[in-house]
Amino acid sequence: MNAWVGKEISRVDGPAKVTGQATYAAEFQLRNKAYAALVTATIPSGTIERLDVSAAEAAPGVILVLSHLNAPGLPYAQPKKRPVVDPQAGERLHVFQGPEVLFDGQPIAVVVAETKEQADSAAMLVSVDYRQTPPAGDMDPSRSHAPNEAVAKSGRPGEKGRGDAGPAYRGSAVTIDITCSHEREQHNAMEPHATIAEWDGDHLTLYDKSQWVDNVRQEIALIFGMAEDNVRVISPFVGGAFGSALRTWPHVTIAALAARQANRPVQLELSRRQCFFSAGARPKTLQRLRLGADHDGKLQAIIHEAIGQTSVYEDYAEITLDAANSLYACSNVATRYHLVKMNMNSPCPMRAPGTATGVFGLEIAMDEMAEECGLDPVEFRLRNHADRDEEKDLPYSSKELKACYALAAEAFGWSHRSTVPGRNRNDRWLIGHGMATAFYPSHRSSSTAKATMFANGTVVVRTAAGDMGPGTYTAMTQLAAETLDLTPEQVQFELGDTDMPEAPVHGGSITLASVGNAVIAACRSLREKLGNGDPVAAMRQLGQEAVSADAESKPGEEANIYSSSAFGAVFVEVAVDSRLGAVRIPRIVGAYDIGTVVNPKIARSQCIGGMVGGLGMALLEQAEWDPALCRVMNANLAEYLVPVNADVQHLDVLFAPGEDKIFNPIGSKGVAEIALTGVAPAIANAIYNATGHRLRNLPITPDKLLEVL
Amino acid sequence: MNPFTYTRAGDAQQAINAFQGSPGPFYVAGATDVMQLLREDVYSPGTLVDISSLPYTQVEVGPRGARIGALARLADVADDDAVLRYYPLLARVLRETASTQIRNVATMGGNLLQRTRCLYFRDAHTACNKRRPGSGCAAMRGANRINAILGTSEQCIAAYPGDMAVALVVLDAHIQLEGPDGPRSVPVAELHRVPADDPAHDTTLRPGEIITRIDLPASRFAESCAFVKARDRMTFEWALASAAVGLEMDGGTVRVARVAAGGVGTVPWPLPRVEHALIGKALSAERAAKAAALSVEGARSAGDNGFKLKLLPRVVEQAILAAGGQA
Repeated sequence: MNAWVGKEISRVDGPAKVTGQATYAAEFQLRNKAYAALVTATIPSGTIERLDVSAAEAAPGVILVLSHLNAPGLPYAQPKKRPVVDPQAGERLHVFQGPEVLFDGQPIAVVVAETKEQADSAAMLVSVDYRQTPPAGDMDPSRSHAPNEAVAKSGRPGEKGRGDAGPAYRGSAVTIDITCSHEREQHNAMEPHATIAEWDGDHLTLYDKSQWVDNVRQEIALIFGMAEDNVRVISPFVGGAFGSALRTWPHVTIAALAARQANRPVQLELSRRQCFFSAGARPKTLQRLRLGADHDGKLQAIIHEAIGQTSVYEDYAEITLDAANSLYACSNVATRYHLVKMNMNSPCPMRAPGTATGVFGLEIAMDEMAEECGLDPVEFRLRNHADRDEEKDLPYSSKELKACYALAAEAFGWSHRSTVPGRNRNDRWLIGHGMATAFYPSHRSSSTAKATMFANGTVVVRTAAGDMGPGTYTAMTQLAAETLDLTPEQVQFELGDTDMPEAPVHGGSITLASVGNAVIAACRSLREKLGNGDPVAAMRQLGQEAVSADAESKPGEEANIYSSSAFGAVFVEVAVDSRLGAVRIPRIVGAYDIGTVVNPKIARSQCIGGMVGGLGMALLEQAEWDPALCRVMNANLAEYLVPVNADVQHLDVLFAPGEDKIFNPIGSKGVAEIALTGVAPAIANAIYNATGHRLRNLPITPDKLLEVL
Repeated sequence: MNPFTYTRAGDAQQAINAFQGSPGPFYVAGATDVMQLLREDVYSPGTLVDISSLPYTQVEVGPRGARIGALARLADVADDDAVLRYYPLLARVLRETASTQIRNVATMGGNLLQRTRCLYFRDAHTACNKRRPGSGCAAMRGANRINAILGTSEQCIAAYPGDMAVALVVLDAHIQLEGPDGPRSVPVAELHRVPADDPAHDTTLRPGEIITRIDLPASRFAESCAFVKARDRMTFEWALASAAVGLEMDGGTVRVARVAAGGVGTVPWPLPRVEHALIGKALSAERAAKAAALSVEGARSAGDNGFKLKLLPRVVEQAILAAGGQA
């Protein structure tokens, strides 16, 4: 038996990607394809009074212009149950169904032309008069509201907790009370969002950038009032998404609508600027934390409040306060979550949605509390280690957080750090060390897969899953090869097509635990069909060209009697330029408890990516919002800063040994989100250790440091 | 993006003729900035006149002066041994500019003419007196963290973003121009103009003029020069504040000082008061700090960019000390 799980094989899709053979959404070549360009609103709130498309219609190559003036009414039917990727309150943006403008950047018309350039230039000829109404541009907490019942039921309630946190806080020997925030962030994946829509009679095929093709099919079927069987969605390669391709965004509907009206395939690719307004964002979030502890450094109370921003048409809520409810042992916890409606496009999940935010607040508070208690930050966390999930009152299916602290602290040399802030100076550079806990709840969904063996002994495994970059193709190939006792070269894994067996959303770090087990189940089932001997001989005996097996895998009772989470510990060294306010990150060491590591090479790569994302969150990323205009002012990659290679120095990724076979048969807990959480607070804590100043509002840019240095 | 005509000129006269004979003409060479401006619809040219084939790519550098073609790539100059030897300030500045990829494409002349990074100038749907004269300035009350504190007007607070021009001011460089009215020469220090009540015109170039060459006088400051750049990101990012300093030292005493700042002014900002405070004085940390404090004389914050009042003197101080070998 070949053991492929745990092997450091290179990405099976790597050669295709680096040689341009991998086909992304906008790269499918279809005969007679036309190109669409969006016209977007330039006011944040009001109605369209007049929309003149005559010049655009007369422009060279233009096939049609669609807007609320001539677009057909669309049913926009409600699903029986809202998809988990959609906000649970409010209503999705309807395109071209009326003159209302709800945010700057809202699509109000689409131009379809023979070439992309013709469509782009004609789109500029559409002239619009608006009647503007006063927009909500400030993130004003006094306008905030609690999530409604539907949102609360999805695990994002206004209030949550246990014990009696108020009195416990007031009665604590040691208390802290801090506020913190981060700005709106944009996913900014390399690949812009794009859809090609092609109708064949009543049947629609969409080539789309998607993390969940089955959801696109369902959503488009509901919007157009079609049978799901008449929609096929294809998305074999995704050039990064980080959550921005979870939902079925309005531009997908627009592409389908434009293709139907034009009666030919239509491609709609968003510009970088449009990606800022058309595909969500991590919402700016304001937080307040009050912690109480006794003299021994035992937490007595956690009161964590967060206010997130959302659009005027949907209540997008996050699990921002999950960490406060379960990450540490504490008898008295109260959390309060509110939303502020603003004239902006709806936010959406971005890598470690909510959790990255909440862990940031909690972990800088824990650092401050450790100091107040006179304890080392690691020791303080160990004293408050949650041996079981106190919120759900369940044991963990596995938890190697203590091992993570020990592993990372040792690799980092934590014991050698200067514990007195502002004392470690190298010329004008202030050196600091900080740490934080990383956390992300592990989930698993039901998933299906089909495995087919051909007469030559090769196997094709299919499922409608996604691979936005974490290595689904590779990991699934390894799992199939191991289960069938084949080499990875003998296995072809295919994903991203609604014609394939149903798969859950490719997000929330659930793919390996969900789809992986379905792949194993399908391969096992195939083996059973072929007996224990040589499969090729068995095929010959059966006299068939191909033998297939389908299987489903889903969580069982363990999901009700255990709590499952990935954990980690992140240690950071910073160097702060005491004169110019720049922050450099010489090294980050992260140790992660993610259960079984199917491919250490790719898992490490994913963790490095998460660390870099966390670094960006801490130091660079912010959509600069003009509250008067209700507009993101830096909607391009020249002005919206993400880390470049020079910002990233030594990154060290360690994995705590262990596999979580209770959580799922593979034993993996998921990698994507955990690797981003913990980095930003560890950096903020290290900046405190370096400078003696607490900077609690991300990103920590030189202007903020210069206020204190 | 609007449709436009593209024409490639073989020599300066062809380029000037094409420029004069076309509606809405723009010159383009490396196109690293023009592409951004086109994509954001800040520029809607009728004609792009591509001058990248013009024969101005020489990098002739020696102790007695330098002649650098306006179409030389930044990387060609940054990596030139003679530049490093005789004009190390220029080499250093170029290595701090943009990214390797951009430096391989961007041209010396184009770099001087890059437009401001003001977020409002670069968003075609906002009020901007530089982009659309008379429309107002949304940056004054908006997201203006990167904007200028020096040389601003009631009309405009957009910062000149470049690094190289700052060094060229210190090095007393001149640019050679070809234009409809013949050739002329302009000191780099007089190339850019403060917005005053006409922010639309960034430079003193006349319509149709092309920068053909950048000339440097005999090598100076090779022993004692520095460029310090504060920025949000380690590389591939414009300056929040920068300073170029060239000194001629007489033992421990400053005999000649040239100081200019970037990222803070509406133009590359010469700092004569800082220079005067250094000349004839023994260079010390205290002296550098005192001189650098003069860099923000007359500076005005627009709100988010107030930190530059604190940052600029520190950048200048560090550059002075580094140039004097005391950092």
